[in-house]
Amino acid sequence: MTRAFRPIAIGLLAVAIAVIPLLFDGFIITLLNYIGIYTLITLGLVLLTGCGGITSFGQAAFVGIGAYATAYLTTAMGWSPWIGLLVAIVLTVFVALVLGYITLHLGGHYLPLTTIAWGVAIYLSFGNFQFLGAHGGIGDIPAVSLFGYEFDEPGKLYYIIWVFCGAALLAAANLLRSRQGRAIRALRGGQAMSESLGIDVFWVRLRVFVMAAALAGIAGWLYAHMTRFVSPAPFDLKAGIEYLLMAVLGGAGTISGALVGAAAVALAKNWLQDLLPLITTNSANLEIVVFGCLFILLLHKSRSGIVPLVRQYLPFKPDMTPPPATADPVKLPEITPPERGSALLKIEGMTKRFGGLVAVDNVSFEVKAGTITALIGPNGAGKSTSFNLITGALNLTSGKVVFAGRDLSGVRPHEVVSLGMARTFQHVKLRPTMTLLENVMLGCYQRTRSGFVAGALKLDNAEERAVYDEAMRELARVGLADKAHELAGNLALGQQRVLEVARAMAAGPLLIMLDEPAAGLRSLEKQALAQLLRSLRAEGKSILLVEHDMDFVMSLADRVVVLDFGRKLAEGVPADIQANPAVQEAYLGSVE
Amino acid sequence: MTFEIFLLLVQDAVGTGAIYVLMALGIVLIFNVTRVIFVSYGDLVAYSALTLGSFELQRMPGTVWLVLTLAGLAFLVEAGSLYRRNQIQLIPKAFLYWAIIPAIPVALTFLIGAENLSLPVSILLTIALVLPLGPLLYRIVFQPIATAPVLVLLMVAVALHFAIAGLALLYFGPEGFRTSSFVRGDVMVGGFGIPQQLILIVSAAAVFSAILFVFFQYTVAGKALRAVAINREGARLVGIWTTRAGAVAFLLAAGIAAIAGILISPTTTIYYDTGLIVGLKGFVGSVVGGFVSYPLAAVGAIIIGLIESFGSFYSSALKEAIVFAAIIPIVLWRWLYVSAHDSDENEDE
Repeated sequence: MTRAFRPIAIGLLAVAIAVIPLLFDGFIITLLNYIGIYTLITLGLVLLTGCGGITSFGQAAFVGIGAYATAYLTTAMGWSPWIGLLVAIVLTVFVALVLGYITLHLGGHYLPLTTIAWGVAIYLSFGNFQFLGAHGGIGDIPAVSLFGYEFDEPGKLYYIIWVFCGAALLAAANLLRSRQGRAIRALRGGQAMSESLGIDVFWVRLRVFVMAAALAGIAGWLYAHMTRFVSPAPFDLKAGIEYLLMAVLGGAGTISGALVGAAAVALAKNWLQDLLPLITTNSANLEIVVFGCLFILLLHKSRSGIVPLVRQYLPFKPDMTPPPATADPVKLPEITPPERGSALLKIEGMTKRFGGLVAVDNVSFEVKAGTITALIGPNGAGKSTSFNLITGALNLTSGKVVFAGRDLSGVRPHEVVSLGMARTFQHVKLRPTMTLLENVMLGCYQRTRSGFVAGALKLDNAEERAVYDEAMRELARVGLADKAHELAGNLALGQQRVLEVARAMAAGPLLIMLDEPAAGLRSLEKQALAQLLRSLRAEGKSILLVEHDMDFVMSLADRVVVLDFGRKLAEGVPADIQANPAVQEAYLGSVE
Repeated sequence: MTFEIFLLLVQDAVGTGAIYVLMALGIVLIFNVTRVIFVSYGDLVAYSALTLGSFELQRMPGTVWLVLTLAGLAFLVEAGSLYRRNQIQLIPKAFLYWAIIPAIPVALTFLIGAENLSLPVSILLTIALVLPLGPLLYRIVFQPIATAPVLVLLMVAVALHFAIAGLALLYFGPEGFRTSSFVRGDVMVGGFGIPQQLILIVSAAAVFSAILFVFFQYTVAGKALRAVAINREGARLVGIWTTRAGAVAFLLAAGIAAIAGILISPTTTIYYDTGLIVGLKGFVGSVVGGFVSYPLAAVGAIIIGLIESFGSFYSSALKEAIVFAAIIPIVLWRWLYVSAHDSDENEDE
């Protein structure tokens, strides 16, 4: 499916959806209405769980908040359903902000567990507040009306549901291809990489969480005005897991997966409701048993879902067209480099204690602008710790790191990159399911400003074009331009390492910090890497690298700093270091 | 609130809290060894209570059918995996372990019959019937995906809850079960009566916690389980069979669940779907201990008991909602003071 085909496919689908009510009625329409509402809810989970890696069992509770908000306002207060929609969104967003602000700091398995707990708490509240009708629920909810036209039948509300659904699907697809969308997709697989690129992981998580909740709130509003009656039951944990099932079944992480998963589950439910009564008298109870077993089987056998499975058999090519050029192109900001030879990075008395262990002890050195400085030392010398202290991943116990004239104490890890310091990792941290191009485009994150709304509405073309050009330039520089649209996970380790360098370069840094860039590389790859680093130096970039490969370091570095047991053992030009007896002793043992 | 009411509420809290302590221990045990956040743990507790309740009503408990079904499934899964690994000669042994041994308590139950059982016999049968559920569920549901990310295991556990709670409805019907008290009467302490039932619950919780402690601290098997919990790969390298460790953890946890279910049955009416709610309370307790610390999990469970009993005093309708909402401040506390920011580097996903 190429880009030219995509609008045609979407257009055909839209026409099909538009004419269905003319051809069918009753049952099919109701089923499609449910599928539309489920799709909205599942879309939230696709963004949250599939793309962002945040598993939530509480999505159904947000649907409930939206549904109850409009149900209460339109019945007890007699307000217009459109005000109900507004309040439904505002209320779900507010609740999601509070819950998210408290719980999204949690990592790993805590978070999904808390979603179960507050999901159950919200569900139980519906059934116990008298003004919400307790277990009886709220009935006689008015139909939505627009300019006097009442959407009082399934066949009429159908259009509202699918307009919302279509708009949400398109906006989400746009968003995922934008700056913030890349940040969302980068959430899976640990924070360190994202933070090193200037992404405030917590805020991205919170925004996705709120966005998913808002979609659920809208779905709840649609649900309330479709069924004209709300009770607690459809918003319990069982519903929450059903939505998760839809997202996983459709293919969490793909926008179309929301539609496919919602349709598949709705149809399967319907089919089971017809089938099970033939087998047993307890069909209502067995339905959930069958669903539970199917979900377990799905997670056992195929975790990727339907859409990725089908795509394998379609001539599906990634979209390779660049964003269209715009009338007034954007230029990505550049930091003016300091004069060559002036001190870019100054480290003074850097010390780190872990309890009683002094990992880095009173280390001082400088990195001059436009030079390559190497930090070497035997295993356990404190090189990686030093690295993490400089980039802000760890806090100093005492001492000072001054970068481009600015004291870095108190600067958070994701802010360091905007000052002009980019890094790579000892264990390569890429996003294997994103293309090379997207991985490098992530590097431009802090040089660009487009937000969620701009991304969803495609108002970010000019900036996207600039980011695209910059990323392609960096890919070409490291020799990976021909693979720009392949998945990063398919690269060999050596190529992954230079891809990380390209990503660091895309951040437009003054100083590039490389953590063992040559580890695991073959001889030819090392030569190519050394060549690349020399060309960067020639452009005026400064480089600080930690490395074990002595040949690599000695042929490349302008200055070498040797650490041993956390202390600085020696510092100087490569030749002096090689001749230094203390260094020889540290590496080879005493030479008496 | 008068002082008497306050004391009554505390008493109530200690009773339910003690049961949550047991559950929290089981949950932490399973998580530590297998990384499964076993949300449907409460269902085992419910099955235990429902089984005992059935015996009291002189009915054959549906648990026997569940055990038989699972035993058959587990054997098929095991045989299938042996077949794929070309180890057909091991299939008879698998039949013994996964089909025959779990079926023994079922056979015993049919032999003895469900009529006119004395309390000790029905308690023993209940434990014997619930015990195999743990390893059988592990073999069928979790062992095939033992290396999957924690989140996948969690999703599977949640789906499993719906499957086995749905079956419970089928086996036991929609009505609630509540057994009569094992013991009656109060012990007077300083003019204030403490129900013997409460003393029984608390001492049972204490005894089984102590047994667990001794097991983990002083036996080779217990140490092996701890080793798996600390470092799965390392444990495998020194010759600990991590797969078997998972099954053992589930067996032990099922035993604890059986005890908890028996203790809870006279104090709470248990329905087929009560398991989730009860289990989640154990979970909220475990969160206090970060799933890792047994003592903190126990403290958390007592706190949940307190919140529940005082919550029900002030607003009985909202008591459950209050208990679950309590997870928010608990999580906040962990985040602010304990730094729950434990590794979320899900690089394996």
